[in-house]
Amino acid sequence: MKDKLPSKTSANTRKEETLKLLQELAINIYNKMDKGLFPDIVFPSRSVGNLIYDKKMQQYILGPNSVKRSSQNIKHIRPFTNIIWLAFFVNKLLRQGKTSTLRDVYYSGQAFNIVFKDQPESDDIIVDLETVFSRPRESFSIYPEERSAIFGDMTIEYTVPGYEGKRLNLSSHPDGYLIGPSLSTAEMIETSAEMVIAVEKGGLFTRFVEEKVHEKYKAIIVDTAGQPPRSTRFMLKRLNQEMNLPVYILTDGDVYGEHIAMVIVSGSANAAHLRDLTVPTAKWIGVWGSDIVKYKLPGIPLTEHDYKRIHELKKDPRYVKGRWRKELDVFLTIKKKSELEAFAKYGLTTIVDKYLPDKLEQAKSF
Amino acid sequence: MVKRQVTFAEISPSEFFYRNRDLAGFSNPSRALYSATRELVENSLDACEQVSVLPDIFVSIIPKEIINEESDPRAYTLKIQDNGPGVDPDFIPYAFGRVFYGSKFKLIQARGMFGMGGTMSILYGQITTNRPVTIVSATGDGTAYKFEMMLDIRQNAPIILKKEKIPAEGISGTSIEITLQGDYFRAASKIQEYFRQTAIVTPYANIVFIDAFGRHFFYERVTKSMPVPPRVTRPHPHGIDVEALRRLLEDNSETTLGKFMFKTFHRVGENTSRKFLEYAGLKDTINPKSLTNLQIVSLVDALHRYNDFLKPDASCLSPIGKEILEAGIKKEIQPEYMVTSIRPPSAYSGFPFIVEVCVAYGGKFLPSGLSLLRFANRIPLLYDEGSDVSWKIIQQDIDWKYYNIRPETPIGIITHVCSTKVPYKTVGKEYLADRPELERELKNAIRDALRQLKIYLSRKGSIAMVERKMNIYGKYLPLIANFVTDLSGFNKLPNYHILLKNKIIDQDDQEDDSEVTENEIKVKEYSDLSENNKEVNKKGEGQTAIEDFS
Repeated sequence: MKDKLPSKTSANTRKEETLKLLQELAINIYNKMDKGLFPDIVFPSRSVGNLIYDKKMQQYILGPNSVKRSSQNIKHIRPFTNIIWLAFFVNKLLRQGKTSTLRDVYYSGQAFNIVFKDQPESDDIIVDLETVFSRPRESFSIYPEERSAIFGDMTIEYTVPGYEGKRLNLSSHPDGYLIGPSLSTAEMIETSAEMVIAVEKGGLFTRFVEEKVHEKYKAIIVDTAGQPPRSTRFMLKRLNQEMNLPVYILTDGDVYGEHIAMVIVSGSANAAHLRDLTVPTAKWIGVWGSDIVKYKLPGIPLTEHDYKRIHELKKDPRYVKGRWRKELDVFLTIKKKSELEAFAKYGLTTIVDKYLPDKLEQAKSF
Repeated sequence: MVKRQVTFAEISPSEFFYRNRDLAGFSNPSRALYSATRELVENSLDACEQVSVLPDIFVSIIPKEIINEESDPRAYTLKIQDNGPGVDPDFIPYAFGRVFYGSKFKLIQARGMFGMGGTMSILYGQITTNRPVTIVSATGDGTAYKFEMMLDIRQNAPIILKKEKIPAEGISGTSIEITLQGDYFRAASKIQEYFRQTAIVTPYANIVFIDAFGRHFFYERVTKSMPVPPRVTRPHPHGIDVEALRRLLEDNSETTLGKFMFKTFHRVGENTSRKFLEYAGLKDTINPKSLTNLQIVSLVDALHRYNDFLKPDASCLSPIGKEILEAGIKKEIQPEYMVTSIRPPSAYSGFPFIVEVCVAYGGKFLPSGLSLLRFANRIPLLYDEGSDVSWKIIQQDIDWKYYNIRPETPIGIITHVCSTKVPYKTVGKEYLADRPELERELKNAIRDALRQLKIYLSRKGSIAMVERKMNIYGKYLPLIANFVTDLSGFNKLPNYHILLKNKIIDQDDQEDDSEVTENEIKVKEYSDLSENNKEVNKKGEGQTAIEDFS
């Protein structure tokens, strides 16, 4: 059994930090208003021109340009008020230990005379607040609707109200556990696992549980359900950092699958204002374009969309060299893509018995 | 092979217009009813104005047979009555019974150009209903004469059916009643619009109109001042042609060419006459009657080429003037704001003209968008707007954005051109040709008026802007104050009320140098008017917000 590493960012500490930041912002604005000044907030600009790829951090970050949102400006005062309300609102959420979905936020404003035109407007304000504090919305108790799942031998301890101190082993239920607010805020206590395998699809996740991948390979299995939501990426990050587990990613053999892996490794451009969502050491072990050839997998011809996406990604600085670039080029050469399920051609268990060990072995060398 | 006999026959002017009535605006029953009404109303207004009498005009259009529910087109009785000077009974048969017999066939600013409209209306009535016209006229000497007559179209001469002397008790005026085939159902909206627009440029007239449905329209006099009546002027050398010169020579009684020149032409004195004839290579002592045809042609040519004639004097013209025009517009359009621009006199081809433009904004009656009301010699021009020079200008040459006028802004452009000869493109008097001189003056007048409107709009905009800003501050600042008080844990609200009292907003807001994110671009709600107006930091706080926030 591997014990939890001393963590500087346990769930409770993070919450305390967030509350303090919110209060500091409020005091600052309060003082300005009290002095008869129009308050404002300054935060990094998220415009495309201010998006920079940081090679060292291996992720997109925001550049030096910033946005000043001033309550004196008639164009700004509404979004300004909206951010302040959101800070006020999430402060209440955090203190009461409650969570909210993006949709909830959209409606919640109305009780305070904050009327959002539509949900995209309230979603934007949430991203603004993330940018102001460089923290993901999950740290403000705001969660998206989509959920992904986790399974494997790890004990966690809840911090959500009513469950504080209660422990759970994540291998207790064969369908896995939703990575929701309570799991995201839970402390990681101990695990016997030696790696994390993130798979793109629920079907394969179930197969892995059935085939006892968690036992055979001492793995925690995560279903990313397509492009992983931030809470899942944050969970992967914590498993990697707090529990010191290597992360392996298994996706469909196409350009979208490759990019799912890339987002886990180095984040998305949409979250350039956030840190702690990337696992730079995570490894994409398949399905590669070259695997389609090597394992003679049934292929599907690339569509117009696929070609377009491949050429887009070739312009992304993260795809200029190495395995990432090579596999894009392979897709272009073989003009085919393949799915994880394609291994069923060789029997349902081949992917677990043959392909997975092959790839894990191969992963040691890159 | 049969040899075809070609026959030549003379046709009279009446006959000519009978055959070409489309030219004069009598192409169908609806248009004819409209044209007859306006021609007769215009004659009445001209008559009153020439003797500076405040016009009282009565007009009625009544279906001839009301017995059965006959549908349009059908016969209507059109009656127009004025309080003008009246017509001498000796002239009446010819004034109304012969095409081209008008009093207007000379150089003077008038609504009608050839004295043709009135007779055309009678002619049209006769050829469609075969009924006589009734004319009653009193010149103020206590008697009136009543004529019933028809026209001999071939001979271009009146046929008097009845002539009657009746007492008139010292009043003067003319009443004319014709029966014609018309289509009031179709013409109604144009005719009503005609009266409304006429009322705009003649606010000193009382006009009563009773229409075929029995509705009464009363356009009331709102001012007693009338424009100074136009004066007859001599022709300017630049505006003469060979035929006109030949007639002038025929009527002339002078014995030397030099004298003929300065007696006949506008802006030609003895000096100019002498210099010009030197230029033309003609002796000023020769008898004008002895000029050969070739000499007449070369003289006209020289008259046109000689550049040292003074420009035609516009004092013979009668512009409406700012006060009267605005009184009319105020009465009929009730705009929120209007501004008038009157151009100095100008001339084209020897004909003086003056352009007056009024731009009206907002109010109860102006529809959204641009409305153009065109007038020439105080006649409303209602047809063929798209071919008119003013239309071309407002569509092509005016940069509306520059004047902060949006497509939906309610704007009325009222243009008036007065001249001894209005450059109509057709006999129908509906639209003005794009003479470069005229186009330039119209353009300048419209632009000048729009510049003044722009100032008004921007003032209005900034006042509205201040109010709006205050409302917005008043809505959001208390919310912000409440949220931060709760969040910071203080137990009383910050003293934000100072912010609502600041009188800073008059100044133009200054562009802050921060970027605008997509998010801010989406917040368009208040951006329309504040496009160029961003906040100015009133107290000149020097700190950038970045320092402030760190």
